Amino acid sequence: MGTYLLKRLLLLVPTLIGITLVCFLVVRLAPGDPAELIAGGGLKGASGAGLSLEKRSVVDQALAEWRALYGLDKPLHIQYLVWLKNLFRLDFGNSFKDRRPVWDKIRERLPVTIKLNIFSILLVYLVAIPLGIYSATHADSLGDRITTFGAFILFSVPLIWAATMAIVFVCGGDFLYLFPPGGLTSIDYAREWPLWEKIKDQIWHLFLPVVLLSYDGFAGLSRYMRSSMLEVLRQDFVQVARAKGLSEHVVILKHVLRNSLIPQVTILASILPAFIGGSVIIETVFSIPGLGQLGFEAVLARDYPIVLALLTVSALLTLVGILLSDILLAVVDPRIAFGRRGQ
Amino acid sequence: MAQEKRAGPVPVGAVVGLGLAAGAHNRIEGHWSGVWKGLKRNRLAVAGLYTVGFLLIMAATADFLANNKPYTMVYQGRTYFPIIRSGLVKFRLTQWQPELLNMDFKTVAAERIVFPPIPYLASDIDLTAPFESPSTKHWLGTDKLGRDVMAGLIHGSRISLSIGFVAVGIALTVGVILGALAGYFGSWADLAISRIFEIMLTLPTLFLLITIAAMFPPSIFLTMAIIGLTGWVGIARFTRGEFLKIRNLDYVTAALALGVSTRKIMFRHILPNALAPVMVSVVLGVAGAILVESSLSFLGIGVPAETVTWGSILNEARSSTFAWWLALFPGAAIFITVLSYYLVGEGLRDALDPRLRGSR
Repeated sequence: MGTYLLKRLLLLVPTLIGITLVCFLVVRLAPGDPAELIAGGGLKGASGAGLSLEKRSVVDQALAEWRALYGLDKPLHIQYLVWLKNLFRLDFGNSFKDRRPVWDKIRERLPVTIKLNIFSILLVYLVAIPLGIYSATHADSLGDRITTFGAFILFSVPLIWAATMAIVFVCGGDFLYLFPPGGLTSIDYAREWPLWEKIKDQIWHLFLPVVLLSYDGFAGLSRYMRSSMLEVLRQDFVQVARAKGLSEHVVILKHVLRNSLIPQVTILASILPAFIGGSVIIETVFSIPGLGQLGFEAVLARDYPIVLALLTVSALLTLVGILLSDILLAVVDPRIAFGRRGQ
Repeated sequence: MAQEKRAGPVPVGAVVGLGLAAGAHNRIEGHWSGVWKGLKRNRLAVAGLYTVGFLLIMAATADFLANNKPYTMVYQGRTYFPIIRSGLVKFRLTQWQPELLNMDFKTVAAERIVFPPIPYLASDIDLTAPFESPSTKHWLGTDKLGRDVMAGLIHGSRISLSIGFVAVGIALTVGVILGALAGYFGSWADLAISRIFEIMLTLPTLFLLITIAAMFPPSIFLTMAIIGLTGWVGIARFTRGEFLKIRNLDYVTAALALGVSTRKIMFRHILPNALAPVMVSVVLGVAGAILVESSLSFLGIGVPAETVTWGSILNEARSSTFAWWLALFPGAAIFITVLSYYLVGEGLRDALDPRLRGSR
């Protein structure tokens, strides 16, 4: 186990370097000089022709100063190393837009995105696990086929379609007004409201985004649950449990379920990155001030430090997730640590 | 089917030396025809296959289904074929007849004129008819610039499908090469390439795509390239797994003993046998690429703004929520396309998995 862990951690080093390098290069190699695009916004026309040599040199000097302010005047590899060094101290630099530290801006938005994702993941598990159990215990029955097919259909519904349909039909356009078209709270939301009213208002606002973020997860997870449960059901100890006269209820819920739940927890890591991507669409459509919206706005405004920070942070978080689930799997199944991985 | 052709002459080269060619050949043929039979037995997969075929035909014949020019026209005693002509002009094979140049076919006093069922192009702007709800004139309504939605869907299928196929083609090339190298050579190559897999898996793909698409000038080719270059990991992992399994089979050892070059063993002898499970992720990958492309268009990035795509029509519905037809139809088009590719992919997976074969 110890050697496995050590090997796993050592292999993390090249991956970490790779992730930071890819993120850095993608953002920095995009065409267009950030100084011209952002600081030069007002001067852009001025930097063109028709300007006296004297004035142009003033503009150039201003741009050079702006570059120096953000360390963009140094060669690319030095920039990368400096950025990497700051990364270790959780210093992502300052936003181009308002010069506020990127970390502060992320911290403001983080709770919203986390709230959204935790509720979605909970909903996925709450729906998919029972569905999977039902499908496995009624394998190949009509009910199994219907749930499987239904989940499959849901899985194929594009998020952008579901979100737009929701906005058009149930969010107070010309049709129904069941849910608010966006935001996290009502406009007149006030501290003085009784707690129950506050919770109700938040649930009302979060309901659609959470459902939209989770519905496509039902299919994958319930299928996964079904197959891992069927696998456990085939094992001898289940036969033994039944033979010694335990009720079917106890066999399923206590013996089988417990053993088939472990892999479900470990695939959490693989769901996470999808959620971050999904957040961009959902947060943009429902104007929810979370990380996805921050990221998309930063991309459009070419606020490189924010984009870079978001890319890196979500990659690193996913990496930690994968690592944890690998370790968890190794703990559960010692064969993995001995290098006898399956496929 | 294409796969059968590819799988046919497979390990024959290796086995010829052992004098087993005929037997091996039959086995492979049997395998693929079994897969085909399994696929045909799956009614949903067949329905998916038909839909995929229908969409391909629609994309290929888009110019004949929705066009602002007539198929044929008799004008001042002469017969013209303007749609075919415009296609030829596009490829610079010929030029317009001077009398047709700048002609408005909709108002011209022709003796006889036959228009396609949808007499609009996706990009035909008609500012006198914005936001028309579905009618006999505009089957699926119009958008804020008066562009016909049905024409947009038909021509948009071309963009969606071509991005889907080219992106998956790129992903297949990169994925198969890296997966083959990792699986065949193992040890250090595997360790190094697996790091690349890990990096690609941890990066938030959609956000990365959004970043690149938004920062570079909009272009269909760039969109294809970046979707392909971020979507190969699944294919690579499957290929790696298959290579790991197959490289230890006897026929590979035989080929090695015969002195067949490494490259030939990898790509002529192992690869065709490793492609079966990869095919599933290729089919699913097309759906994935179409989804990603529509998401990018939906966010207003990737494909140039003046190009009408399924995602860009859907995007308009966000700001004009009364125009339900702008939300319903393009989304349904994406849904049906994605669903049918998923059905084919799932059917193929079931047909390829011998454990499942015959259980239904």
